[in-house]
Amino acid sequence: PKVTAEVLAHLEHLALVDFRDAEGVERLQKAIQFADQLQEVNTDGVEPMDSVLEDRCLYLREDNVTEGNCAKELLKNAREKVEEYFVAPPGNIPLPKLDEQQTSLQGS
Amino acid sequence: LSPWVPVVGLEIHAQISSNSKLFSGSQVQFAAPPNSLVSFFDASLPGTLPVLNRRCVEAAVMTGLALNCSINKKSMFDRKHYFYADLPAGYQITQQRIPIAVNGSLSYSLCIGNKMSQVVTKTVRIKQIQLEQDSGKSLHDDTRSQTLVDLNRAGVGLMEVVMEPDMCCGEEAAAAVRELQLILQTLGSSQAVMAEGQLRVDANISVHHPGEPYGVRTEVKNINSIRFLAKAVDYEIQRQIEELENEGTILNETRAFDSKLGCTVPMRDKEGKQDYRFMPEPNLPPLILYDAKSLPANMNHEQVINIDWIHERLPDLPSVKRAKLVEQYGILPEHSFTLLNEDGLTEFFENVVRQTQMKPRKVIGWILNDLLCYLKQHSLTVKESPVSSFLLADLLNLLEKKEISAAAAKQVLTELWKGEGKNPLEIVKEKKLELIQDQKELEQICQAVIDGQENEVIMIVLG
Repeated sequence: PKVTAEVLAHLEHLALVDFRDAEGVERLQKAIQFADQLQEVNTDGVEPMDSVLEDRCLYLREDNVTEGNCAKELLKNAREKVEEYFVAPPGNIPLPKLDEQQTSLQGS
Repeated sequence: LSPWVPVVGLEIHAQISSNSKLFSGSQVQFAAPPNSLVSFFDASLPGTLPVLNRRCVEAAVMTGLALNCSINKKSMFDRKHYFYADLPAGYQITQQRIPIAVNGSLSYSLCIGNKMSQVVTKTVRIKQIQLEQDSGKSLHDDTRSQTLVDLNRAGVGLMEVVMEPDMCCGEEAAAAVRELQLILQTLGSSQAVMAEGQLRVDANISVHHPGEPYGVRTEVKNINSIRFLAKAVDYEIQRQIEELENEGTILNETRAFDSKLGCTVPMRDKEGKQDYRFMPEPNLPPLILYDAKSLPANMNHEQVINIDWIHERLPDLPSVKRAKLVEQYGILPEHSFTLLNEDGLTEFFENVVRQTQMKPRKVIGWILNDLLCYLKQHSLTVKESPVSSFLLADLLNLLEKKEISAAAAKQVLTELWKGEGKNPLEIVKEKKLELIQDQKELEQICQAVIDGQENEVIMIVLG
C-alpha cells in the first residue's frame, strides 16, 4: 500500500518529523513493508503480548521524597532560561475573547 | 417547539495526596520555587525510568472502592503522545486500555422545592478511574512571545474519574462534583481543593431532542470552581440550543470557560481531531493487585497491595456520616447536608449538643440559622467563629432553663459576635434580659402598663 500525501502530512504534524524528499518517503514505505511481514503470522486465539516484562513484578516504591532540588543542574541544559523557568516558544493559547455584546446571554 | 434534552458528562482530575510523585521521588507541593521539585525523570532526561509509587496505587484503590467500582486486579500503563511545552517527554503515562477501576457509581443529592427542603437523590455512573501523570505548568508571556515552563507539577499523580453523561444541567454537575470532593477529602486520597488545582473538571456537553440520537458534543475546560462549573454547563447548554434553533451547527470542539464574561469560547489548539497514538508503556509491567483469597504466601508485604485490607479500613463516607447524624440527633436530612458541607460545622454542632441540655433538634436551628448565617455574612469559616461551641452551649442552656426568652437569646448572640470576651450570663445581667419569674412583679408591671394607657384600655373593654 502506498503512503498518501495526506497520511504523510498527518504523520509529519503528529510526530514533528520531516520526511524531506522522495528518498525519505521511499524509506518510510520500505519500513512499513518490513513491519507488515508480521501480518503473515497466524495469531488467532493468541493473547497479545505488549512487553517482555509482562511476567515481571512491578516494583512499588515507598512514598518518600528522595529527589529534586536540582534546578540549577537541570537548567544547564536549557538554551534559554528566565529566572529558573525553562523558555519555550508560545503556543496553544485560547483565541482572544469575543466582545461582551456577542457573548453574554440575556438574563444570565 | 420540541423540548431539548441536555446531556452532561464529566472528566475529573484529582491530584493524589502523596509526599512524592507517581513515578519519581521528587516532592509534591503547591507553590515552590520553579523547577525545584523536579527530578531527572520528571525532566525527561534520557536514561531515566518510571518507578511506581505505592501510596498512589492505594489512593486509587480506596477511591475506586468508595465509588463502588470493580477494581481490576491487573491493570496496565500506556503512553499518550502529544506535544506541549510542559510535557517534556512528549507523552503522558496513563491507563487507557485497562485502568485500575471501572463501572462504579456516585450518589449525590439535590435540594429542591420552594424552601430547598426536599432532598432528591440522583446517581451518576462512573465509567472508570485511571492513574496518570500531571503535566508541568506553562506561563504565557505574550509580550515577549514566549512560554515559561515550570515542571514542579510534572509527574504528580492524578486519578482521572470519568463520569458517564447521566447529568442534565449545571446544578447536577455541581452537586456530583461536590459529593466527589467530600468523598475524596474523607478518604484522604486527594485534598481536592479546586482553587489549588487539586481538582480539575472538564465537562462534555451536548443537546438533542427526545427520541433522537445524541447531538455533537463540546468539551469545556478551564473551570475553576464548583460555582463556575454550574454556570459553564448551563451557558454551554443554552448556547448550543440557541445555535441549533437558529439553524446553526455545533462543532466537536474544545471550549474554555471565561469566568469574567460568563461564557465559553473556542480554544485554538484543539481544532481538528487529536491522534494520541496510544501505545503500551514498555518500561512498566502490569500492575497486579491482590485480595485476601489471591494473596501470595511468600511475597514481601511491601510489594503487595491487598484490596480487601484497604476495604476494611475505609472511613465512613459522607452519605453514611449523614445518615448517622440524622439517626443519632433526629435532625432532618437536609440539615445533615449543610453540616457536612461546611468544614468543621459537624464538629461544632456535636460539641454544642454535648454541652447543653437543649435537644439537638432545637440546637440545629441555632447552628444553621444563626451561627452559619452570621459566618456567611462575614465570610468566616467555622474555625474563625468568634462564638465558640462552649459559649453557644452556655447561651442555649440559659434559654433551656427559661432564664431568658428566645428573643433575648438572639440579642445576647449579637453581643457575643463582637467577641469582647464576655460570657452569656454577663451580657444578660448587663442588658437586664432576665425573664421575670416572680408572679407579683409581673402583675405590678402589667398593672402599670394598663394604668398608663387608660384610653386604649377603655377601647378594648368596649370591644
